[in-house]
Amino acid sequence: MSAQQWIARHAIGQTVRGTALVASDGFSARYDLDRLKGVFSRPAHKLAGQSYAGRILVLDTAKGGVASAWMLREMASRGIVPLALVFNSVNPILVQGAAFGGVTMLAGFDVDVTKEVPHGATVEIDPAARCLRVVG
Amino acid sequence: MRLNDEEQAILAGEQGPVPKQALEHQVAVGRFFGADDFVPVTQAHIMADTESLGPSGVDWLESLADERIGRTMVRIPTITDPRGTDFAKAGMLKQADWMVGLERRTVLAFTKLGVSMTDTCINYQTIQAPVRGEHVAFGDTGVVIYSNSVCGARSNFEGGPSALAAGLTGRTPRYGFHLDAQRQATVRIRVDHTPRTLNDWGALGGVIGRLAGNYWSVPVVEGLEGAPGSDALKHFGAAMASFGSIALFHLVGITPEAQRLSDVGGDRLPLAHRVGRAEIDALQQGYAVDDQVDVVVFSAPQLSLYELRDLAALCDGRRFARPLLAVTSPQVKPDADRMGITERIEAAGGQVLSGMCFYQSYAREIAEANGWKRLATNSAKLVNILGGYGYVPMLASMERCVDAAETGRLT
Repeated sequence: MSAQQWIARHAIGQTVRGTALVASDGFSARYDLDRLKGVFSRPAHKLAGQSYAGRILVLDTAKGGVASAWMLREMASRGIVPLALVFNSVNPILVQGAAFGGVTMLAGFDVDVTKEVPHGATVEIDPAARCLRVVG
Repeated sequence: MRLNDEEQAILAGEQGPVPKQALEHQVAVGRFFGADDFVPVTQAHIMADTESLGPSGVDWLESLADERIGRTMVRIPTITDPRGTDFAKAGMLKQADWMVGLERRTVLAFTKLGVSMTDTCINYQTIQAPVRGEHVAFGDTGVVIYSNSVCGARSNFEGGPSALAAGLTGRTPRYGFHLDAQRQATVRIRVDHTPRTLNDWGALGGVIGRLAGNYWSVPVVEGLEGAPGSDALKHFGAAMASFGSIALFHLVGITPEAQRLSDVGGDRLPLAHRVGRAEIDALQQGYAVDDQVDVVVFSAPQLSLYELRDLAALCDGRRFARPLLAVTSPQVKPDADRMGITERIEAAGGQVLSGMCFYQSYAREIAEANGWKRLATNSAKLVNILGGYGYVPMLASMERCVDAAETGRLT
């Protein structure tokens, strides 16, 4: 495996390419986001104030409540939604939300993916190959 | 994923488009987690407030409810988590008509699907607690962690679409906490201080949730003295699930699967953490950023009859300078009314709300409409959530919160 490509144990969704927003922090659509403005809103979050719309979020783990299962689809219906989600580990809620909302997701790596992927890099996610690669 | 004849027939559309759509969703989730097959479930519990669903989610629910071909009703007892309003008090909360309208549409759609509108996140206290080994499909993380840990039932976090799917198909993918292996402890923690108040129990749950770190972690906790009551473990579990996404914990000698440390493999784990009074206090101090309070809220989870009774005793003889909201379930509220508990709280200027939960009720919008920012509560779960909604939440005992409602200051 090259240093710029990582294989996940779990994958769902379509192939996408976009800019990575990377942080060693968790993710919950209810706890962390202002979903109307499309920014991380929980002050303590490492991506606080940053826009997530159309970005590929590379984060440590899924946190918080079950609302995210509905919210990803609701966010997608307004076009203010992450392009994809990548986690070191994920809980069922985000997977259910990704399946319901049609959002691409990878999870489960042999490395801490938040330390490997450069913040702001252009990355491609290929769920069929369970692959995350840096392309620019 | 291995499918039996009935499941293959459902996927082929033989029972109509609603069960087919539900099972397709479940298969996608099951395949993601490598589930071998499905497991039958006896109950489902759906989190579906309309702030989460949005108009598109409500449209989707209505499309299911209006389907006329094939099987369109849930096939197991299927109940709901709190709604996004108390219809009788939406005006007091200054909720907009469109919010209440979405809620009414959602209730109608669920009713057409055969869902029972219990509107509670304490169904294990008020509707029917699951028993050890019972496979269920529960939403609301607090419901799941209590049912798994205190009751010994088996559920993953089932978000609204998945819990509804389980209600419609009577099954769920067999992965995670439906499996024996997943229920073994993964992190061993010793507690040197047994909490006495609900906010301290919540704070302890929050500390352990942060330490354990993710959904697949199963803390086993030693050192607690005595047998905590249901409300204590309600706050403890809800906070642990909220801070750490934890779905199962074991308390040695207390919870049913861990009568001994070795029952859950804890004897093979090194002691990873010690938690004492200092850590419990530190979590709460982290939220103590102001002494002025705009609103006091008791919610998340909904209050039991005993919590409301204790609150009423604290309200006697007071006159509040700040709004005080106490949120309970539609099952508890009539008892509180009948026993005079509601009257005592409301005589002091408080409000007892039913069938909703504060953070699931358009918390950002009602904050702006009412000028609420600095919020005092005894719920560790609530303080963890509300920061993202623009509040300055502060965690304190029920007694100090009631004092704050009277004086406007949290001291």
